[in-house]
Parts: sequence; structure tokens; C-alpha cells
Amino acid sequence: MVAVAARTSRVTGRRFRSVTLGVLGLLGFALVLEVAPRVGIVPIDFAPPTSQILVTLGEQLGQPSFWTALLRTLLTWANGLLIAVVAGTVVGVLLGSLPVLRAATATTVEFLRPIPSVALIPLVIVLYGPTVRSTLVLVVYAAFWQMLIQVVHGVVDVDPVARDTARSFRLGPWGTVRYVIWPSALPYVMTGLRLAAAVALILTITGELVIGSPGLGKEIDNAQQSNAVRIVYALIVVTGILGVLINVLIRQVERRVLAWHPATRAETVEGVGVR
Amino acid sequence: MLEVKNLHKVYDGHGRRVTAVGDLTFTVPEGQFACVVGPSGCGKTTLLRVLAGLLPATSGEVTVRGTPVTAPPPDLAVVFQEYGRSLFPWLRVRANVELPLKAQGMGRAQRRELASEALEAVGLSDVDNAYPWQLSGGMQQRVAIARAIAYQPKVLLMDEPFAAVDAQTRADLEDLVRSVWQRLGVTLLFVTHDIDEAVYLGQRVIVLSASPTTVAEDLAIDLPAERDQLATRSDPRFTELRGQVYARIQQVKRAPAAEGASA
Amino acid sequence: MRFLRRVLLALGLPVVLVAAWWFGSAGSQDFYWPSLSTIVDAFGRTWTWEMFQEQVFPSLWRLLAGYLIAVVVGVALGVLIGTYGSVRALLEPVLEFLRAFPPPVLVPAAILLSGIGDRTKILVIVFGCVWPVLLNTIEGVRGRDEVLSDTCRTYRVTGLLRLRHLVLRAASPQIVTGARQALPLAIILMVISEIMAANEGLGFTVLQFQRGFQIPEMWSGVLLLGLIGIVLSLLFRVAERSLLGWYHGQRAGQREF
Repeated sequence: MVAVAARTSRVTGRRFRSVTLGVLGLLGFALVLEVAPRVGIVPIDFAPPTSQILVTLGEQLGQPSFWTALLRTLLTWANGLLIAVVAGTVVGVLLGSLPVLRAATATTVEFLRPIPSVALIPLVIVLYGPTVRSTLVLVVYAAFWQMLIQVVHGVVDVDPVARDTARSFRLGPWGTVRYVIWPSALPYVMTGLRLAAAVALILTITGELVIGSPGLGKEIDNAQQSNAVRIVYALIVVTGILGVLINVLIRQVERRVLAWHPATRAETVEGVGVR
Repeated sequence: MLEVKNLHKVYDGHGRRVTAVGDLTFTVPEGQFACVVGPSGCGKTTLLRVLAGLLPATSGEVTVRGTPVTAPPPDLAVVFQEYGRSLFPWLRVRANVELPLKAQGMGRAQRRELASEALEAVGLSDVDNAYPWQLSGGMQQRVAIARAIAYQPKVLLMDEPFAAVDAQTRADLEDLVRSVWQRLGVTLLFVTHDIDEAVYLGQRVIVLSASPTTVAEDLAIDLPAERDQLATRSDPRFTELRGQVYARIQQVKRAPAAEGASA
Repeated sequence: MRFLRRVLLALGLPVVLVAAWWFGSAGSQDFYWPSLSTIVDAFGRTWTWEMFQEQVFPSLWRLLAGYLIAVVVGVALGVLIGTYGSVRALLEPVLEFLRAFPPPVLVPAAILLSGIGDRTKILVIVFGCVWPVLLNTIEGVRGRDEVLSDTCRTYRVTGLLRLRHLVLRAASPQIVTGARQALPLAIILMVISEIMAANEGLGFTVLQFQRGFQIPEMWSGVLLLGLIGIVLSLLFRVAERSLLGWYHGQRAGQREF
């Protein structure tokens, strides 16, 4: 008991220190970006100081067009991710639980997976034009593989003892998937979700920037074309915040879904998983 | 020669101090084979880490061959309990043995010779090209011992080196350590929780008390220098010494444990 | 028999798919979906040696330069930050923030800052790829086995020898993971930096075909981009196998017991 108490207080003490340092780091970073253009390390015309960017960001927040763009980006991201996650999970569970199917598709998957989604850009432009649909194709294509690979790994990695137990209790195929395969594959599924969510955001912005489908990326491109430098940076900051929020969201989901899982429990006990 | 004088080690948590080593004093003369036993959690590993210079003492003095220990001293080698984690998995057996020699700036030819000798001494000449993880646990610990031999230390510390190997392998490794010690003439401090092992191996057994640790008993083992798994272990004197150590440890365990025993 | 079965399983589906594409698209009159034979034909005509020298190699050079710089910088900084606990605490939130940016947004900013030359494109790749390498390296350096560190200390293995045989090797599985995550990012950034800062290069050329409605040529460009992705990932796997042979062997061994 005594040792545990000593350890807990040490852990909180350490966390307090690291949080303080972290905040200091962020402030320092903002300060560097504020000062560097002002003293001429970088050209102030093309790299405005933090304060100016923040002011411009504030102005943007007051404009309906900004919110529309943000909403569109979020919708594209969410729709693409949803399609990729569902498709990746279904196909992944199938491939993972049927070895013959897995063997037959292995080479195909290995060839299709590394094809960069940006290779499809010209294709979707001629097929669908500068629409959300074009961007969705890129997002789904890129996020699907992240999900698929993790789910297949997860299903293949199911403890053989658990599988045998399921068989001895005559769970049947559906019961086996529901009570044995799915729960033990869940950590992998969550990893896939995390990777897919990040990739989906990257491709959403890429599509908007390059194809010109409506959203934040397109606004950034427009601002750059018309040399509205501060708006470019303000919107870039928004995408960064979006990235952070998505990370945090997915981690929350992960922690809630995997609360029962030994790996998660061990992590929180050790104070490692808290981030 | 190894000297420990009034050694204290206190782990400092926020608002709580946990005493791991209370007040420890003993001396191991040059060339002696000393075994340290004690109840589990009595700070044996802490003691060894302080001796090796891996952990600073809170107070008191540790000297190896007359020099106070502040950092890992030269001429001192350690064989860790976790053989699987103390060998470099990305280096082959021979490279594992040679790495410390390379760090000394020793030439290639001499390194090869020392490593070959050491590997031969532990009976592993034929696997020098394997990776550690391709070997059994007992063989991995032999590699760690070979690395210590090739290093040509004056003082050798071993931290429960055989705690994780099976009984059969363990007997072989015990005899190996005896022969290595006799051949090299090193000062050897062998930490173990196994009473039989301590009495069988050592010229002397130091029994530690429960934490905060002090020396509870310091026993000379007057068994013949030639030890044999069968003959020595059935020697009435062995049984007697073993009984003495056992009784002392039981007594120490029953004594009221002071604060921080769970650490 | 078993060998035959394996070959059949490995090649069966790809052959069926390519055949289906070939025969399904044969004689296609659809302007946007030319037959595969037309595309292959266009591929041979379009991607000549001169074309490779003028458009493809410069792109690949920028890709590799940016990627390798990112890996080197990421590993070097990662070792520094991972070694010192306070530096890590200080910088971690900043790094997490920077990592969260979708890298393509860097392109417009980089164009503003340094124009549309090689430097911008390489810079963009470096900036986009460095984060996964950096953060994974930090994890790797931090998660090193303490017993190995102690071993190095007792045997007085220090300095460069320690860096080479302990720090970098112990972190290498994580470093490789980071580098693997960075590779597709590098390709994405190569292509879109060439599309946005348009004057030459593979991405630019392929998009020109699209704009000029040279559809078979455009398709051949898409195929080429796909092939580059496949070849790079194969090269990566070869490098990984020689670098991490010990790691995979060790893990396979652990699973047996």
C-alpha cells in the first residue's frame, strides 16, 4: 500500500512537471513563430507572425463561408472513413477467417495496397470532375487498406485456445465471430481506425487542394492563388487543429472500447497510455 | 577486493521514502567466492546494482579494489539474471562477446582470440555464429558468462543468474561457474535466493535480513574445494551448513518487517 | 503438388483480374475507359527513355532526396529527444501538433515561402515525412530494454559504439515502422507538389495528359505511378528484411514457446 501510494504521487508529480514543460514548449514554439518573421529570419510577407495569423483566424471564424467549408471537409472525411471502415472490416473478417480466400487474394492485396491514391487523381477528375465524389474515391481507397490490413492481422492473431474453446462449446460460425474473433481482433481494429482516420483527413485535404472539391483545402488553394497569405496560414492552422481533435477523438473511442482489454489496463496502470 | 561500508540505499518517492538497504557492511577479500542469500525482496538486486556502479548509494561507501565506486568500475563484469535481455539480439554470439573488448579499443586479432577462448570455456565454440535468440535459455546464460570471461575482470558479480533455467541446466552451470572462478582467480560475488546453491558454490555465505537490509549472518563454508553435485550435496557437513542458513533465513523472515517491505 | 497449389493461389487472382480487364475493355468505345491494349500501347509510346530522363527521374530524385533527408533528420532528432526526458516533455505537444497537420497543406505555404523550384518540393517532402520517423524513433529510444543499457554501462560500451550497437539498433524496429508510414506520404507529396507547383515532373506530366484529354496516355501515367508505388514498397521490404532480420527471427521464436 505504502509503495503504491508513493508511486502514485510520484507519477502525478512527474505528470505535473511534464504538462508544465509541454505548455512551455507550445508557448515557446508560438513565440519563435511570432519573432522569426519580425526580426527578418523569414520574410514577413510570406510568413506572417503568429499573432497576425490568429487575428485572421478570428476574422475567419465570423464568416459563414468558413463554417461551410469546414463542415464540408468534415462531411467528406466522415463519409469516406465510414465507407472505408465498414468495407475494410467486412472484407477483413472474411479474409481473416477463410485461409483459402486469404491465400488467393494475398498477392493482389500486396500489389494494390502500395499503389498511391494520388495516382487516381487524374482518373477521378476526368470521371467525376471537381466534386466531392472524386475526393471520396481517394479517401476510401487510401483508408480502406489501412483498415483491411489491421483487421486481417487481428482476426488471424486470435488465440488458438480461444478458438478451440469456442469450438468445444459449439458456438457456431456467427457465435464464434461475435464472441471470440471480434473481441480479440478489436485492438487491431482500433489501430486500423486510428490510422485510417489520419489518412482519410490527409486525402480529404489533398482532394480539395488538388481536385478542387469544396472544403478547407479548396479555400486554402484559392487564398494562395489570390495571394491572401494570412488566410492561407489561418486555414492551415485550422487543419492542424482538426488533425489534433480527430486524434483525441479516436483515442477516446479507443480507450472506451478497449477498457476491458489487458493491454489497455496495463497501460493505464503504468501511466503510459495516458497521452 | 570488495568493500561495503555502512551502505544505505533509500528510494525517494514524492512524500515517501522507501529504505531498500539499511546498514550494510562486509568485505570480500581478493579471489574469494562469496554468495549472498536473503529472503525475497530484501534488496539483493539493489545491493548488486550499487556495487556495479549502476545505482548511486544514498550514504556509505563501496570500494572495488581500493577505488570508491561512483560509476561502473573497470575490471568489473556483471552477469544479469535476465539473460534474454542482457544479450544484444541483433548481434551474433561472437559479436556479443567481443563488443566490450571493442569498446576497450582492443585489436581484432586479440578480440577474436579472447572470445574464442571464452566461448570454448563455456562449451559454445560451435554456435559462435548463431543469434542469441536461436539458443536455449541455458546456452544464452553461457554466452553471458563467456562475455564476462573474455572481459577478463578482476571482480565478477552475478545476479541470480540461474533463477530462470531448469534444474538440470542449472547444475551444469553451477559447476561451470566454479571452474571459471578457479581458473580466473576472480573475486566473485554471487547473489541468489537458493540456499542450496549458495552453500554448494561459495567459500562463504552472507545471509541478508529482510529490508531494510543488514547482514544477518556471515558463514564460512568449510567444504572441500573440489565440489561435486552428488558427493558434496550428500556430505553431512553440507546438510548441516544448509540447515544453519535455512534456520537463519526463517528467523529473519519472522522478524517484524520494517517499513517499505513491499518495495 | 503443394508448390503448384501455392503458385496457383498466388497468381490466380491477379491473372484473372488482368484478363478480365483486358478482355472486358477490348474494343471499348468509351472515351474515358480505353481498352487495356490501347493503354499498354500508349505506355510504350509515352514513357520513353527521354521521357524518363526529363520527367520521371527528376521526380524520383526529389522523392528520394526528401524521403532520405526526412529519415536522417527524424532519427537524429528522435535520438536526441528520446534520450533526454525533459527535452521530450518540452517538445512532445509541439511535435504532436505538427504531426497532426495533414502534410498536403504544407504545399501552399511552401510555395509562398520558396517558390516552385526543386527546393520547395524537397522541403515539402521532408516536412511531411519527418514526423512519423521522429515520433517513432523517440518511442523506440525510450522503450529500450534497461538491462541492455545496464549491460553497456557495466562493460563500459560508450560513445559511438554505444550509439551504433545499442541506441540505434534497439530503436530500429520503431524507426522502420516510422519510415514505412512515411513512404506513402512521400509519394503523395511528390505528386501533389508537382501538380500545384506546376512546371515539370511526373505528377505534372500526368495531369497535363488529363487536361489535354490524352486519355490513354493519362491512364498509362496512372499505371506508372502505381508501378512506382509497388516497386518502392518492394525495395522497402528488402531493406527491412536485411535490417530487421534479427527482430523477426526473435519474434518468431517467442511465438513458438
